[in-house]
Amino acid sequence: MIPADLSGIQRIIRRNKRRDLIFAIFGFVALLIGVLTFLALFLQMAFAGWERLTPDFFTSFPSRRAGQAGILSAWVGSVLVMLVTAVSAVPLGVAAGVYLEEYATRSWVTDLIEINVTNLAGVPSIVYGLLALGVFVYAFGFGQSILSAGLTLGLLILPVVIVATREAIRSIPQHIREGAYALGATRWQVTRDHIVPYSMPGILTGVIIGMSRAIGETAPVITIGALTFIAFLPESPIGPEFPWVNFEWLKSGFTVMPIQMFNWTSRPEEAFQQNAAAAGFVLVLMTLAMNAISIWIRYHLRKDIKW
Amino acid sequence: MVGHIAMRSIDRPDGQAARPTLGSVAGASSALARDGRSLPDTPPIKAAAENFSFFYGQFQALKSITLPVYEKHVTALIGPSGCGKSTLLRACNRMHDLYPGNRYEGAIRLLPDNTNLLDPAVDPIEVRMRIGMVFQKPNPFPKSIYENVAYGLRIRGEKSRSVLDDRVEEALKGAALWAEVAHRLNEPAFALSGGQQQRLCIARCLATDPEVLLFDEPTSALDPIATASIEELIDQLRQKVTILIVTHNMQQAARVSDFTAYMYLGELIEFGETRQMFVNPVRPETEDYITGRFG
Amino acid sequence: MQDANSIESLEGASFEPLKVSDRLARKALRHTKERVIEALLFAAAGVSVLTTVGIVWVLVRESYHFFTVVPIWSFLTDTMWTPLFADAHYGILPLLAGTLTTSLVALVVAIPLGTTIAIYLSEFARPAVREAVKPFLELLGGIPSIVYGYFALVVVIPLLQLFIPGLPGFNMLGAGIVMGIAIIPYVSSLAEDAMRAVPMSMREGSYAMGGTKFQTAVRVVIPAALSGILSAYILGVSRAVGETMIVAVAAGMQPNFTMNPTEPAQTISAYIVQVALGDLPHGSIGYQSIFAAGLSLMVMTLLLNVAGHFVRRRYREAY
Repeated sequence: MIPADLSGIQRIIRRNKRRDLIFAIFGFVALLIGVLTFLALFLQMAFAGWERLTPDFFTSFPSRRAGQAGILSAWVGSVLVMLVTAVSAVPLGVAAGVYLEEYATRSWVTDLIEINVTNLAGVPSIVYGLLALGVFVYAFGFGQSILSAGLTLGLLILPVVIVATREAIRSIPQHIREGAYALGATRWQVTRDHIVPYSMPGILTGVIIGMSRAIGETAPVITIGALTFIAFLPESPIGPEFPWVNFEWLKSGFTVMPIQMFNWTSRPEEAFQQNAAAAGFVLVLMTLAMNAISIWIRYHLRKDIKW
Repeated sequence: MVGHIAMRSIDRPDGQAARPTLGSVAGASSALARDGRSLPDTPPIKAAAENFSFFYGQFQALKSITLPVYEKHVTALIGPSGCGKSTLLRACNRMHDLYPGNRYEGAIRLLPDNTNLLDPAVDPIEVRMRIGMVFQKPNPFPKSIYENVAYGLRIRGEKSRSVLDDRVEEALKGAALWAEVAHRLNEPAFALSGGQQQRLCIARCLATDPEVLLFDEPTSALDPIATASIEELIDQLRQKVTILIVTHNMQQAARVSDFTAYMYLGELIEFGETRQMFVNPVRPETEDYITGRFG
Repeated sequence: MQDANSIESLEGASFEPLKVSDRLARKALRHTKERVIEALLFAAAGVSVLTTVGIVWVLVRESYHFFTVVPIWSFLTDTMWTPLFADAHYGILPLLAGTLTTSLVALVVAIPLGTTIAIYLSEFARPAVREAVKPFLELLGGIPSIVYGYFALVVVIPLLQLFIPGLPGFNMLGAGIVMGIAIIPYVSSLAEDAMRAVPMSMREGSYAMGGTKFQTAVRVVIPAALSGILSAYILGVSRAVGETMIVAVAAGMQPNFTMNPTEPAQTISAYIVQVALGDLPHGSIGYQSIFAAGLSLMVMTLLLNVAGHFVRRRYREAY
């Protein structure tokens, strides 16, 4: 029945709003589950690993004795691998994004590239590991090295960088381009002097998010055969004599933070679980810091640009 | 037809024109009577704004509007863009409650129960269930034609198929759409043309028997033929329901409305019977606008 | 002719008009430079295509060697996966069962919670709440999966053992639940994007009829955003299927042919990790088996991605 009188309407409204309230409670609980899981995970590792988080932990190699083991080779390995990842993925990703947004004319080639990028973003990371095992490790002969790992993770985050670049470029209004072209600039000059600088905050955000994902990636790096027990450091990238750079480290064997954590997690002894917690805490802090930076960039740097 | 001006600006001794005032709605007819020109066949008032002001944050979009809406007649709100006519219309349905930072002052009363629609104690949903609204751009839901019309009944908890069938048919007939869609009620509403979609949106409102129907520039997104059909429909609807329509098109106001309110910069400049206002406006600003000298 | 005024040509502060031949030479030079740059940028974009080609080439080549030894029919129908035993069986079914079971558990967690969060954030929460919560969800999505694996093993499974007596220390239930939590942010953020893309005019239509937030969300916004929401689910499935470390750590490493989530089992991805951790020689049948496993995984996720693409395209609403 459809009540015509006001009290009937009010009764219906009360019932409808009760459902609203019930759902709002559900929604709030769902959010709470997410937020509480995050806190539980973070705090559990902080408490379980607290005793191990001493300066020695960061300056010691892994060891058979849990109490003396540290993450020196792991964090150095992570930093070096990330260096290769950034150097390979950022120029490639930005260039590809610029090409697709500024240069490409609609054709089957660009369609193919676009579909490709979308699909690559959905490929499981372990499959990238298999690609790297077949191509970088054996076909190119890079071996189970920092170079192989860095390039693998570079390819893995390439779609993230490309998508971020394209979105950032797309948000630049057309009149900026027209203004530059009207002054006689060539397409490359417009790109170099306007498009890339103005889309920098967006690109940076994407790069950092991609890097924060790469630093936590375990499966592809295990697949190419990273060692789980490394008690040495790669050669320093800074050489003793001219030209003061050294590329030997690229060929070095390595381990990274998540692999070190995996190694400790898969040991049954309680003491190693403590190490795993401490390593996990450090790893999460690293990704949190990177995410925080990207959020900060998004909220602050972007605010300065008003079209 | 109501043949007389219901309310007009009166020149004060100091030369300033007084804004129309209503006092309270209960005393509205007497207020009208006081200007000496009100006549016994003035239709009953269905709704009225009383000293209604509206703020978007700090910005005052409407300044102390007082305006009657007569039952089963069409009242048109006209004025240049940005004058606040849509803001006033949306306030009648508490649409501004959907967005933060909006503030009402004064009252919009709905008769005969004399409820202040803007009273925080009055649920906006209650207001919206009593007052229907048709938007600038047709906004059918992503559902079938049938479900679009049945929507208002369903959210009231109506489940009986036969009641729904009857009311949907009745509403579609009321919106002059039945003949065109009777054989394809289960097709998606997006398949209809723009004019048909707008009539569907009208049918959607009619299905729940609203007391007042608000139209926010209902033909601005439509072609001339569709516009004509909507105007014709409004002409028929006035038999059954009170209508308040915002239009940017003065010819449309002249064609469809019984009363017209001219607004400018958030103020109500003049209110009167449409025929009178278009032929012989009282205030020079109104005349300038109507004759196209500005706006 | 406009090129004589470009910034580059002003270097050296020579404002004297250039000879025509010089202008032409410069124009040709700049033209070449532009072409070279465009070619370089195109090559960068082409790397993504090369990556796909590389993936397919590696997987197919190694799998081809594998399938010359193991018939494809027994790979698909054998119910045992015992590559390291003397009596080696290579039936993908146990790994597939493990993958599907953990993914199913994950979806049972992620879809209701992710959808509820999306509706709540898009239709109910005030903007301030939304802005405060979204970074948290992003962080949840950014946590490395090995950390989730640790969390499943050390916190969630012991917790489940309190409620389910006799639950083994490694099981698909615990791994699946944590995997579900890990993919909530993907599902919720994509579903929310889809809902926020529904034009406000459509919501206003519902509110103007007296609809509540919940009615508007369920009866108008969700149907309007259905294609986006469905493709968010499909992406969630594809994430779950490819997820590796959580299951490698917490689901156990035994390839049991079971779909009972309270038992331990191995997934396709976890098997690859297990082999990679060992020392199988390059070119051996065991080495090739991980590529056959990877190919199966790739085919599954590719089908899901194509399905997602199809859903988005087929059911895209014309607002």
